[in-house]
Amino acid sequence: MSATGRMPRLLALVPYLLARPGIKIDDAAHDFDVTPKQLRKDLELLWMCGLPGYGPGDLIDLSFEGDTIVVTHDAGMNRPLRLTGGEATAMLVALRALAETPGVVDADAVRRAIAKIEAAAGQAQPSGIVVGGGVREGKKTAGTREAVRSALTAKRALRIRYYTASKDEITERTVDPMRLLIVQAVGYLEAWCRRAEGVRLFRLDRIDELTVLGEPAVPPAHARPTDLSDGVFRPRPDQQEGVLVLDPDARWVAEYYPCEELDELDGGRLRIRMRYADESWMVRLILGLGGDAQVESPAALGEAVRQRAADALARARHLTSTYEQ
Amino acid sequence: MSTARAERLVNLVLALLSTRQYLTAERIRGIVPGYADAASDEAYFRMFERDKTELRELGIPLETGRNSAFDAIDGYRIARRDYELGEIDLAPDEATAVGLAVRLWDSPELTGEAQGALVKLRAAGVEVDDQAPTVVEPRVRAEPAFGPLLAAVQAGQAVRFEYRRSGSAERKIRTLEPWGVVSWRGRWYVVGHDRDRGAPRCFRLSRVTGKVDAFGPPGVVERPEGVNLLRMVSASSSEDPSAVTTASVWVADGRAAGVRRRGRVVGRSDAGGEEGDLVEIALFYPESAADWLTAHGPDVLVLEPEVLAKSVFSRLEAIAHAGGAR
Repeated sequence: MSATGRMPRLLALVPYLLARPGIKIDDAAHDFDVTPKQLRKDLELLWMCGLPGYGPGDLIDLSFEGDTIVVTHDAGMNRPLRLTGGEATAMLVALRALAETPGVVDADAVRRAIAKIEAAAGQAQPSGIVVGGGVREGKKTAGTREAVRSALTAKRALRIRYYTASKDEITERTVDPMRLLIVQAVGYLEAWCRRAEGVRLFRLDRIDELTVLGEPAVPPAHARPTDLSDGVFRPRPDQQEGVLVLDPDARWVAEYYPCEELDELDGGRLRIRMRYADESWMVRLILGLGGDAQVESPAALGEAVRQRAADALARARHLTSTYEQ
Repeated sequence: MSTARAERLVNLVLALLSTRQYLTAERIRGIVPGYADAASDEAYFRMFERDKTELRELGIPLETGRNSAFDAIDGYRIARRDYELGEIDLAPDEATAVGLAVRLWDSPELTGEAQGALVKLRAAGVEVDDQAPTVVEPRVRAEPAFGPLLAAVQAGQAVRFEYRRSGSAERKIRTLEPWGVVSWRGRWYVVGHDRDRGAPRCFRLSRVTGKVDAFGPPGVVERPEGVNLLRMVSASSSEDPSAVTTASVWVADGRAAGVRRRGRVVGRSDAGGEEGDLVEIALFYPESAADWLTAHGPDVLVLEPEVLAKSVFSRLEAIAHAGGAR
């Protein structure tokens, strides 16, 4: 069933209008997410409907005054249809997830809303679904989130000390906050970064220090919210491509980072193509896999990984001998 | 849907809602406008069957029964108490939560369902602004397996699906009596009795590959009394971390900011002529700490504990030698 289909709307319209006598057609159309023209067509259709007999007293009667509507006879259609199982699930599970996400809305209000909708939905209550253990948020991150939230509300710029994992560096930036996002239980500040001159997502748990500035947040007019439909990571056109072979212990990489799975190889190994913006990040990733991933291309990447490992071994040997003296 | 059919369906709903008597198909044909146009009996029954299916898909509880023992065939009616949404009134902060919840799903299918619920809540008189600007935007992603698995749980039906374990290429068909779908730390799991293992198991929905196949009669799967689904999932995923050990590492000057921000500088030292800090770090997972420290190559050297230093050393050797072999 399509929720935006015409039948659900036709069945909901009369009770909706009964609850709002004299509502403007434009406002009702907005609530139903249709054009005022479509809404008028729906009303004309309902006007032709009614109870057996279909005489003047049996038909649904509406009175139009200017651009407003009043239901004068409802023909017995005065309450909305109950929620379907799918509707109750989608709504109640979303609310439960909301209650488990700190700092979004008052969790108590969410729980009250859940109780009321469950009571009204009656038998359509979703069973067999549990939402728990929402966001694993440290005390420091909670503090960061609160500060970011108040900066957003007050529309103030922020000074942050941020750890960029991709470059393994800490930088100071002044940013103009745009949104606070919680995606897959991880919190992000979306902001215009004056240093990078672009919209960036900052993971809250990587903001080491934060100061709310006196100056207003002024993201430029062309700053667009990040499209999150494919998740938080997004390949950028300026990236390089590498081909890796992952041993079974390193297969999580293919699950964790966006990449293209090329071939399943013997022994449970997987060949992937992966994009990366920063070679030093890629070298760290592969080093961290401790020999469970081999670089097939580019050759320079494989060489860089081996060189770093060799340098580390040489330095470790030196350090050990220094200590043993 | 054509206007004529929409009009006929609305009239059918109104007629069936207003009657206490069961109306036979023949009687409905006679009183509900639109059916009189049917060219033949056969055309009418086809039309009526399609309309009944449509009503059921909309979630309308269509009752069948006979008014008396003398009736030869079943008739139809809609019981108002089963049709109508209960009374509901939301306080402004509750309505705000509902407005946000509708936007929570990262799945067009579930967003559509949530919006369907919103249409009905509004029709019940609740004022909800689902476009109000909000400072926090939470998103919940649902994998394709979510819908079919939840449906199977609610129907009490067994399922078969292809599943890939973490760190393994092998995809195995698993047969599960599903007890529930659980969200834990932003990920979805299905919990139930694994028929192949003969034991309770949790499966991550993101590792279910391909289609979920519900089979067998509905109503056979029963969740055992007193089972805590959430605890089953949280016990199988990692517990809250507490530091198990402290490591002492050398960090080259100006390098490895990620290691530095997790530790505390306790002294200075040089390694092969390179100046650096001695840093102490609390470690939570020694195994993944070895991976993490190895990643920094010559910028971070482990001094203590020895087992960690060896672990990093052997990883580096594996990488360096793999290079030699190629």
